[in-house]
Amino acid sequence: MLLITCPHCGPRAETEFRNGGEAGIVRPRDPAALSDGAWTGYVFTRQNPKGRFHERWCHAQGCGRWFTAVRDTVTDRFLSFHPAGEQPDEAGR
Amino acid sequence: MSQKARIAQGGRIDRSRTIRFTFDGKRYEGHPGDTLASALLANGVHLVGRSFKYHRPRGFLSAGSEEPNGLVQLEMGGGRTDPNFKATQIELFDGLVAESQNRKGSLRYDRNAVNDRLAHFLPAGFYYKTFKWPAAFWTKVYEPRIRAAAGLGKAPTAPDPDRYLHRHVWTDVLVVGAGPAGLAAALAAARTGARVILCDEQPEVGGSLLSESGRGITVDEVAPDAWLERAKAELGQHPELTVLTRTTCFGYYDHNYLGLLEKVTDHLADPPPDLPRQRLWRVRAKQVVLATGAIERPLVFPDNDRPGIMLASAARTYLNRFGVLVGREVVVCTSDDSAYDAALDLQGAGAKVTVVDQRHTPIGERVVHAQTAGITILRGQGPVGSQGRFRVAQLHVQALDEAGRPIMGRVQALSCDAVLMCGGWNPTVHLFSQSRGKLRWDEGLAAFVPGEGMQEERSAGACRGSWTLAEALVEGLAAGTEAAVAAGFEAHPTPAPAVREPVLGPHQPVWLLEGDRAGQRAWVDFQNDVTAKDLKLANREGFRSIEHVKRYTTNGMATDQGKTSNVTGLAIVAENLSRPIPEIGTTTFRPPYTPTTFGAFAGPSRGDLFDPVRRTPMHGWAERQGAVFEDVGLWKRAWYFPKPGEDMHAAVERECRAVRNAVGMFDATTLGKIDIQGKDGAEFLNRIYTNAWSKLGIGKCRYGLMLREDGMVFDDGVTTRIGEQHFHMTTTTGGAAGVLAWLESWLQTEWPELQVYLTSVTEQWAVIALQGPKARDVLQAVLTRGDISKEALPHLSMTEAEVAGIPARIFRISFTGELGFEVNVPASYGEIVTDALHRAGQPFGITPYGTEAMHVLRAEKGYIIVGQETDGTVTPQDLGMDWAVSKQKDFLGKRSLSRPDMLSPDRKQLVGLLPVDPKLVPGEGAQIVESPKPKLPAKMIGHVTSSYHSASLGRSFALALLSGGRARHGQRLWVSHGDGTAEVEVTAPVFIDPEGARLHG
Amino acid sequence: MTRFSIFSLARNALSGHANWPAYWRSPEPKRGYDVVIIGGGGHGLATAYYLAKVHKVTNVAVLERGWLGGGNTGRNTTICRSNYLYDESAALYDHAMQLWEGLSAELNYNVMFSQRGVLMLAHNTHDLQIARRTVHANRLNGVDNELLTAEEAKAFCPQLNLSKDIRYPVMGAALQRRGGTARHDAVAWGYARGADRLGVDIIQNCEVTGIRVEGGRAVGVETSRGYIAAGRIGCVAAGHSSVVAGMAGIELPLESFPLQALVSEPVKPAFPCVVMSNTIHAYISQSDKGELVIGAGTDQYISYAQRGGMQIIEHTLEAILELFPIFSRMRMLRSWAGIVDVTPDRSPIIGRTPVDNFFINCGWGTGGFKATPGSGHVFAHTLAHGEPHPINAPFTLDRFVNGRLIDEAAAAAVAH
Repeated sequence: MLLITCPHCGPRAETEFRNGGEAGIVRPRDPAALSDGAWTGYVFTRQNPKGRFHERWCHAQGCGRWFTAVRDTVTDRFLSFHPAGEQPDEAGR
Repeated sequence: MSQKARIAQGGRIDRSRTIRFTFDGKRYEGHPGDTLASALLANGVHLVGRSFKYHRPRGFLSAGSEEPNGLVQLEMGGGRTDPNFKATQIELFDGLVAESQNRKGSLRYDRNAVNDRLAHFLPAGFYYKTFKWPAAFWTKVYEPRIRAAAGLGKAPTAPDPDRYLHRHVWTDVLVVGAGPAGLAAALAAARTGARVILCDEQPEVGGSLLSESGRGITVDEVAPDAWLERAKAELGQHPELTVLTRTTCFGYYDHNYLGLLEKVTDHLADPPPDLPRQRLWRVRAKQVVLATGAIERPLVFPDNDRPGIMLASAARTYLNRFGVLVGREVVVCTSDDSAYDAALDLQGAGAKVTVVDQRHTPIGERVVHAQTAGITILRGQGPVGSQGRFRVAQLHVQALDEAGRPIMGRVQALSCDAVLMCGGWNPTVHLFSQSRGKLRWDEGLAAFVPGEGMQEERSAGACRGSWTLAEALVEGLAAGTEAAVAAGFEAHPTPAPAVREPVLGPHQPVWLLEGDRAGQRAWVDFQNDVTAKDLKLANREGFRSIEHVKRYTTNGMATDQGKTSNVTGLAIVAENLSRPIPEIGTTTFRPPYTPTTFGAFAGPSRGDLFDPVRRTPMHGWAERQGAVFEDVGLWKRAWYFPKPGEDMHAAVERECRAVRNAVGMFDATTLGKIDIQGKDGAEFLNRIYTNAWSKLGIGKCRYGLMLREDGMVFDDGVTTRIGEQHFHMTTTTGGAAGVLAWLESWLQTEWPELQVYLTSVTEQWAVIALQGPKARDVLQAVLTRGDISKEALPHLSMTEAEVAGIPARIFRISFTGELGFEVNVPASYGEIVTDALHRAGQPFGITPYGTEAMHVLRAEKGYIIVGQETDGTVTPQDLGMDWAVSKQKDFLGKRSLSRPDMLSPDRKQLVGLLPVDPKLVPGEGAQIVESPKPKLPAKMIGHVTSSYHSASLGRSFALALLSGGRARHGQRLWVSHGDGTAEVEVTAPVFIDPEGARLHG
Repeated sequence: MTRFSIFSLARNALSGHANWPAYWRSPEPKRGYDVVIIGGGGHGLATAYYLAKVHKVTNVAVLERGWLGGGNTGRNTTICRSNYLYDESAALYDHAMQLWEGLSAELNYNVMFSQRGVLMLAHNTHDLQIARRTVHANRLNGVDNELLTAEEAKAFCPQLNLSKDIRYPVMGAALQRRGGTARHDAVAWGYARGADRLGVDIIQNCEVTGIRVEGGRAVGVETSRGYIAAGRIGCVAAGHSSVVAGMAGIELPLESFPLQALVSEPVKPAFPCVVMSNTIHAYISQSDKGELVIGAGTDQYISYAQRGGMQIIEHTLEAILELFPIFSRMRMLRSWAGIVDVTPDRSPIIGRTPVDNFFINCGWGTGGFKATPGSGHVFAHTLAHGEPHPINAPFTLDRFVNGRLIDEAAAAAVAH
């Protein structure tokens, strides 16, 4: 069970959280203008990286807020946590 | 004397009390403090089991949790039966009953022992090479026989009478293992004021010191025993230190989360009913100290598996801890100094001891002591065979060359009744490896030791290859202090203890001693009957990776998970392949360290605690009305209300008729309810629903569909504008939590600029649906404030009113096609208002109805249920709900609706079906085909989603999703029914009041 | 090659088993192959076998990063069944089922395929609807599956707890009698041995580090043992599919999750069949060795660590004990995790990619083992012809663009 640091509440057990997959996917401003392929990229295509990964978590059983974490998917170590609106830098800090 | 191998004095048993136990039907005596193994050995019982494959006689190899041989079935009656318990771990109690396992007949005369004579035909993996023909024979003939022969003990067949509990703790420092290193660590950490947990699988702390005779050792000028007593006394003085004995740390998971299993009552003859049998501790530790000790390695030589051949450390434990002398004529075979302690101790207890040392020039201090004590030492020799049917009687030894290979020539037979082996030690690195730590092969120690760590942990003592007591204490002290400091505490200065102990000479492993006779077998995995020959065969057949070898031969896959076989197996494979051990690899250790009870993992989460049960405020009321309930998500919903003598069908018919002809009442509380406030509420709804919301007037309701971004219907419900900036949303029962989470995620992460605030109010409102032509009459009768007339409250509107004196929101909503109201009152008034409405409704024939009638009624009207008419592959167009899809604005999922496949005319569309036989009710899930007797595989063009008998129609009817369905109205098709088909006519999916006259009544 | 039989076993017994040949050679990689298959699991090895056997394409290499069958092939709960809802899935999985039925003979290797029956439980009316829909669809597709009452289910699996006091009582079940289990390692070894015999080079400890793409076509692979040219490349890398495809510049609709499983200590026969409950997440059978084999759910986060959380094991055993309270005192002997690559519609992707000559077979999620023979068979066809076999034609990558999904997961949608 992971130990996840909610930027608002502090470290809590994973069971309090819901994972939301890849972070930073922005909904297209004008979906109608997109090709089927481009729309599919937004809806379905995922990074699924082996290594550093920006992902979304929601502190569902706590404050209910979504935030971004940077985690290494090989070690499952968290590198950093960011409240919504704050971007992790290149090094994932 | 019954306990003929018990020495006159010494050991940690309580000789003042004698307790009785039964093994294989025979009664024996032992003492408190014994294990089942020590008590059996005290009674001279060495034959205790049969091996897995060859059914060879087996005696105890060890005295601990690494035991591969001495497995028993504990039979305490009343559902308390436990297969595969290691007798070395069973604390003896009065009345204990144990049976040996894996035998056909008695332990001595096991009919399956014939397998041993067929061993030539049963090499590793033999089953892959045969039993293939004829094909059907595998399942019917071969496999049942193999299965019957396999397995060890017997699974319980009655429910478990015991309880299991869980504890969650956060601690600063967890110390695993209460041997000298662990004790030193725990005390050092506790002295800083840190919260510390010290756990150990044994019933008392002390670890290796419990088996120590103390010969030639002092700690701070006192015997190790005295040091232990001092340490135990100090343990009690630290209020923040928790000592858990009989507690195995079985799993080291991510982020310093560890699982501990505490055996609370397993050692008691009469467990008190208020105690759980076992307790699972889930520990999140800031820092961990691993002080898990080491496990002695057996020697691999021909016929090394006879009862009476055991690890040297085990014999020492049996002697020093339990007062049992395992043999009177003992041969100690070793490649390591540590076995000399056993030789000296057993000689001191009266045994005649010979040491066979594989090393040519052992130089350690213990060797000198042994020599001084008059023990015969055969240097540069090793065991190459043994004799003895149910107990070893002879050991064959031969001179070895410098590389450890037997030199051709004279084989000496030593008569004996016990053989003690020591092939060096393996640090217990299981938990370190589980923590993701990387193991490193230490050539000098000839062992895997902890390498680079990945979590907040450190190892101390024997588990990192530090064999001496001095190292254990010094490292333990340092590790405990370091852990506490890392957890934020200030170091407490403590001087390292002064230890005097014999100096160790070097260990020189000889991994495999092969005799020169053909057909000789040298066991590597004692339980699974894996011999060095099997490893060689696997290598010959191309299995080079240790994982392949393990899987092909089953080496290390027994119930001890390779604690005594993995490393020796690895070393032998390395020799076979002429490659260094680290290149062959090592198995990654996985939880659990020792077998862990299923019940303990499940804990109390059984029955009603398996999942929360959600009940509406009117649940008790419905129960009193005789409701039968069904599970919908976590909810218990009233399914139907049978009158005496009614079956479900009759009850549902009556309930439906009441709604169509008079009035019914229905508990709709379980629908999800979300309170939406903020100035951008309407804009938000525009984005998440397929239809438009900006112009919805205050007090008006609207039905909406939600899609996922892939365009598929995800949820639906009615949302009402309570005020300019205030909406009340309803969702499906099962979808409520998911919808709220989904909406929140959009608001927080995609549209943070919207000022919208969501609150779940599902639990806050009780909802009673009144449906039917007399609904208004009933409601009017208890209305204490407000106007519910047709004019004041038309279809799809809401008013704030008062019902039976209770403030209420009354929604004019219908999910039946009838005149309908949904009365929302604060949840705590749900039952009162329900009761008031029910009483007021009596003159009108009010009838409570359940979810089944609700399903029928809405289906008659063609209203869909998300999850029944939809399954995540259905779009609004498929449902014929284009009217609810805005062409103007964007909304979630809209873009997906214009993908090529969404526009295909052969998509499955919602239709009605009327069976040609009006009594025939097709099964929900029945498939639609184009001919009455389709050829297989048949082309299926749709399926039945809802299907009922309708009281109002006086016939059966169904809803279905049908390929190109809207163009097929009027067609005759067939649905699968029983083993055949039934003919149906395709219709529009509305069967009652298509104009909506009743609805607007 | 020595044929395996009771006779060869007896003959070799006389010589102390000293003359058995290796199952497969360990060749050095050649400079190039007609087909290079990335991934030496069951699917990859089966692909190689059928390429050589059916399509006579023998200049083939299977490249395995570690040891054969070391991924999900050796980490699953060995359940075989073909009672899938949609026509496309039923065709694919039943194709595999038919190959399973003759596989031991085909490979001259006992894969211990045991048709013990797979019982899938229903716990509420919605489950029953799904079960009925599946049974009807299966029968019309010629796939055996039958609906049982709760009592009939108990007759088939007497250990089943029908008590109404459990949280979600059993209301019925679907039974596929042809379903069962097979010995997972043996499948990999049997295919490897068969492929090797037909001339396929099986190369272990050979990690692919890059895909060389020239002008939109894949031409070879960079590996830890040097560059290997390839006429066509088949990527069968399971949880690592995204990583390998990424080397060719292809992004996939995949996420890789940890999936855990566990076994109990071995006991005498105590469980006759396979029981699955999708609603409460319980999957259980007993192995030939006597261990209860239990599958757990996935962890919620992407990970390549081959480990998961203890809470998943707890939930799984809670569910198992609801259905089989008699197993409460049994003990977990071993637990482990695999990495499963999951698509949005929970169906695999088998076919072409935007890069010419680079083909994928991935996205099997939690259920790939059962498909091994069928997957290999149709993927071999795809690699041999450059075009899909009719059975895998619907399982394209394109379906996510045009919307023609094969959504087996959605069929079990949340109840109303």
